[in-house]
Amino acid sequence: MVDFTFWDIAKQLLLALRWTVGLSLIAFVCGSVLGMALLVLRLAKLPGAQRFVAAYVQVFQGTPLLMQLFLTYFGMAMVGIDTSPLLAACVCLTLYSSAYLCEIWRGCVEAVPKGQWEASASLAMGFTEQLRHVILPQALRMGIAPTAGFSVQIVKGTALTSVIGFIEITKAGQLIANATFEPFMIYGCVAALYFALCFPLSLWSQRLERRLRPRR
Amino acid sequence: MTTASAVPSSAASTTPAPGIFPLVQIKGLRKRYGDNEVLKGVDLEVQRGEVISIIGKSGSGKSTLLRCINGLEAFQQGELSVHGQPLKSGDAQALRELRKNVGMIFQNFNLFPHLTVGRNVMLAPTLVTSQPKEVARQNAQRLLARVGLAEKFDAMPDQLSGGQQQRVAIARALAMNPEILLCDEVTSALDPELVGEVLQVVEGLADQGMTLIMVTHEMGFARKVSDRVVFMHQGRVHEMGVPEQLFGNPQTPELRQFLGKLH
Repeated sequence: MVDFTFWDIAKQLLLALRWTVGLSLIAFVCGSVLGMALLVLRLAKLPGAQRFVAAYVQVFQGTPLLMQLFLTYFGMAMVGIDTSPLLAACVCLTLYSSAYLCEIWRGCVEAVPKGQWEASASLAMGFTEQLRHVILPQALRMGIAPTAGFSVQIVKGTALTSVIGFIEITKAGQLIANATFEPFMIYGCVAALYFALCFPLSLWSQRLERRLRPRR
Repeated sequence: MTTASAVPSSAASTTPAPGIFPLVQIKGLRKRYGDNEVLKGVDLEVQRGEVISIIGKSGSGKSTLLRCINGLEAFQQGELSVHGQPLKSGDAQALRELRKNVGMIFQNFNLFPHLTVGRNVMLAPTLVTSQPKEVARQNAQRLLARVGLAEKFDAMPDQLSGGQQQRVAIARALAMNPEILLCDEVTSALDPELVGEVLQVVEGLADQGMTLIMVTHEMGFARKVSDRVVFMHQGRVHEMGVPEQLFGNPQTPELRQFLGKLH
């Protein structure tokens, strides 16, 4: 039997941490882009779009992320896409975060007074001009703090991708714990690393919230 | 769906025969919110350069009528044309063309709070009429000077008083060079001591020949600057005339009652 030093374990966990960070970033960036697209689609009042986006959001908010991961992983394989745990995890977390971000930002857009739409419309601005120059700058300002808050959820959500075999920090911890028979110590380290990622994000979100509080 | 380029030509074909036609023509306008009919057949014609005040109790439909003129509210029946072009709600491009000609000022100012005063005024001309930034800036400075706020160019809206904000809103509307200005109770949200400065600017516009249609509770002001006063009651134009006649010799009991309550 091989003995692991604490340094060996820490090194393995830190290497796996890169994947947690990487996956979180991919999910956040791609989720933001998709979420923004969905939001614009919903606001544009295209026939059917509003209902489609609402249903999309409800599906992702109303089912456990774990099920979404299973369904993405096996579903992609079923429709013939040559999937890997990494690809499935990226796709699923992107869809998941896009649904939540779309809903967060929609709330912010709705918090912009109706008079802003009316005033910009009266100045003959088109929909995209209104959105780009009047509505979104105000809405996103309100949205920064809750968005930073949601990024914490994404980081923690990546832990679930261990169940489809993606080796991020939770999965790495699991593998090491099976080899060392020291689960409490290993998972304690894993939890500490999550905390080290999430706590600064939470602090930052709270700080933004105080600083960006609407002045009106 | 017609293409955008089709709009000017179709508009030209609906223009009546040469001659003088009213700038705004409203015929049999009806507007419902669900079962609640707020406009029950309104007829109104506004000539170029005319100053019209719309008065009446709250709920009489006067603000709704005003908001129909620039398409902020859709209506169900009747005709409304501006500049000889019929207003078609749902046609975004036609609506945009109309709004270049029709400015609006709101009770709550509705300045863009994230932009400086100067940028508030410059935004629409640079976006909508593709005015070069420098031209738009000079225009904005000129217009802000005209409403007495030249030194506030770089201020943020929330640093201004209500009266100052409303004057910026007027400058912002004027920056699009509209032919008609709609004023929706522009002094109702102001502290009494700030009403005068805004009315003074509006009166200046009237004197310079701007076509104004305003909903107002300032009867003294309406009497002073209007060419015609429209009294609305229960979704209809109940009485209409020159201010001396309407205020001095009201014909209907409803108007007499309305004016009586004010004193």
